[in-house]
Formats: sequence, structure tokens, C-alpha cells
Amino acid sequence: MKLSDLKAVNAARTERRLCAVITPLDGSEGRVVFAADAASDPLAGVLARRFASGTSGREAEAGVFVRIHRPSPRLVVIGAVHVTQALAPMAEAVGFEVTIIDPRGAFATEERFGAFDFHAEWPDDALMKLDAETAVVTLTHDPKIDDIALLAAMKADCFYIGALGSRKTHAKRIDRMTAAGVSEADMSRIHAPIGLAIGAASPPEIAVSVLAEVIAALRGAETKAAAPERRAA
Amino acid sequence: MTDDPLDVAERWAKEGRRVALATVVDTWGSAPRPVGSHLVIDGEGAFEGSVSGGCVEGAVIAEAVEIAAGAPAKLLEFGVADETAWEVGLSCGGTIRIFVEPLAAGEGAAA
Repeated sequence: MKLSDLKAVNAARTERRLCAVITPLDGSEGRVVFAADAASDPLAGVLARRFASGTSGREAEAGVFVRIHRPSPRLVVIGAVHVTQALAPMAEAVGFEVTIIDPRGAFATEERFGAFDFHAEWPDDALMKLDAETAVVTLTHDPKIDDIALLAAMKADCFYIGALGSRKTHAKRIDRMTAAGVSEADMSRIHAPIGLAIGAASPPEIAVSVLAEVIAALRGAETKAAAPERRAA
Repeated sequence: MTDDPLDVAERWAKEGRRVALATVVDTWGSAPRPVGSHLVIDGEGAFEGSVSGGCVEGAVIAEAVEIAAGAPAKLLEFGVADETAWEVGLSCGGTIRIFVEPLAAGEGAAA
């Protein structure tokens, strides 16, 4: 590997940019390909598949090894609530960088969330730092707070957007956000009611169902458990 | 300052050390470290990272020191079918292939 390529990869990782290192196994010179340039690479098909799944591997036919450098996934949780108390440590264990945001002083206690990247402030772009490798979960039940994050998540093309609330709550959300000019396509990206249908009965169980759905989205898995009617208004 | 092998490799190169990079490129069975795992080695045998959780590191480092010093890149294979693998201790039942290459400061090809 060339030192200049190593520097490019390390810079991309710092900037949270998706890239691949292609290394010919005969020892000839390799190259770094950024996701944005993958379509014009000779191995475009291979790269498209590997960027989508995030998995590194050997390509026997091309005689190369493809190392995918995917930024570590982030989870932004809006709402320092009971579900969050279980969700945050589990998400960290799975490998997510977790940020918790809740402007409501009564909920937002350092005692409960001091171990995490926690902000007792209104969600804004600088705090959330959203990108395509980030999942956003809104749990406050307060549209004034949740909607800000949901709109920002759509704009940033987050890989997962989930909102706590019943079907009825979500129907109202659709009315409200559609009236504010949000397209049907963007609305359909919100997972609501949130989480896989595992019959979760307590806040920690809801956390499991939410995290499972986030992981499924991250890995591009089909989630049969989430019955279509759960997503509908 | 992180312990991440690729960050360490860049830091060592900046310090003027000769560096080799080992990468797990294939695994079968119960390989202890996933494909894409890196181990970085300098010319003195100092290393950071992991390609097998300790099973074959010694053998990889020995090859990598040569490669850091100018030997060509090499594809190593360790597995239960290979007696040397038992010698170096990949007793966990898996097979792994590890590519070891020099970190080339100049313009030329890696090998």
C-alpha cells in the first residue's frame, strides 16, 4: 500500500467518508476509491455491492482484496426517557456512537445519562451531526421536539428514521408534516410505530425492538416481523 | 493518538520507520478475527492490531519484518490442514489467509 493511499484512507475515516481500498494480491499497486467515484471504477459492480453491504472481501476473479472502510454507525436519540436508558447502553455495546438530546430539564438528568454524549438542549444540526451512517430515533412524544429531528433526518438521508407513537399519533404526524410540505416519499421513510413487532411490553423491551430494527436497516435485512400495517397511517 | 492499526501505520511512517501491513483477506470456519482485520508491523518487529487473536501473530510478524525491510508482498495461509499452522498455533479450527505488504513511501508499486 502506498503511504499516500494510507493517508487518504485515514483522512476519509476521520471525515466519516465511505471508501474502499483495492489491493491486488499479486503485490502490484492498489488504489483507494471513494463511494462517490465508485461508478467510474473498473470494479464498479463489485464496489456497488460491497459499499451497500459494508463488507470487505476477496474478489477471486479480479485477483484483488477489497477493504471497505465504513464510518462507525451513529445513533441519535431524541428524548431522555425510560426507553433511552436501556437503548443507549445496548446500542453502544453493538458498536454505535450514541448521542442523546432532550431539551426538557425534568427528563434530562445528568445522573441518568451523564455517561453518554448527552445534551439538555433543543435538537439542532450542530448537535445531531446527521449523515447517511446515522440513525435517528425520536422518543419524546412531543411533536415540537420530535419533528425538528425527523425533518433533519430526512434531509440528511439518515439510514434509519424511527418515531415513537401509536398509529393514531403517526396519522396526525403525517397530516401535520404533509401540510408543512413534506413529500409522501419522505414520510414513508419514518418507521412508525417504531420497532420490530416482538410484542414489547416494557421500556427495555421496546428498546430491544427499536435497536433490532435499526440493525436490520444498517445491514439491509428484510424485516418480515414488521407487518406492513404497522407502518401504515 | 489512537491504537487503530492504520493510524499507527501512518504515525510510524512519519517517524521514518519501515512499515508492513498485514490484512485478513479470507477466512473459513471459526476464524477468530474477521476479514479486513489489520496488523501493522515495523522493521524491528513492533506491532499493533490483530489478525488472529494471538494464534498466528508470531509467524505473521516474522514474515512482515522481512517485507518491511524490502521483501515482496506475500499471501500467507494458516489452517488446520497445514502442519505449520499447528506449529504456530491456529488450533481454533479455522483457516485464514493473510496478505502482508510493505507500506511504500514512494511512487512505485507496493511490491
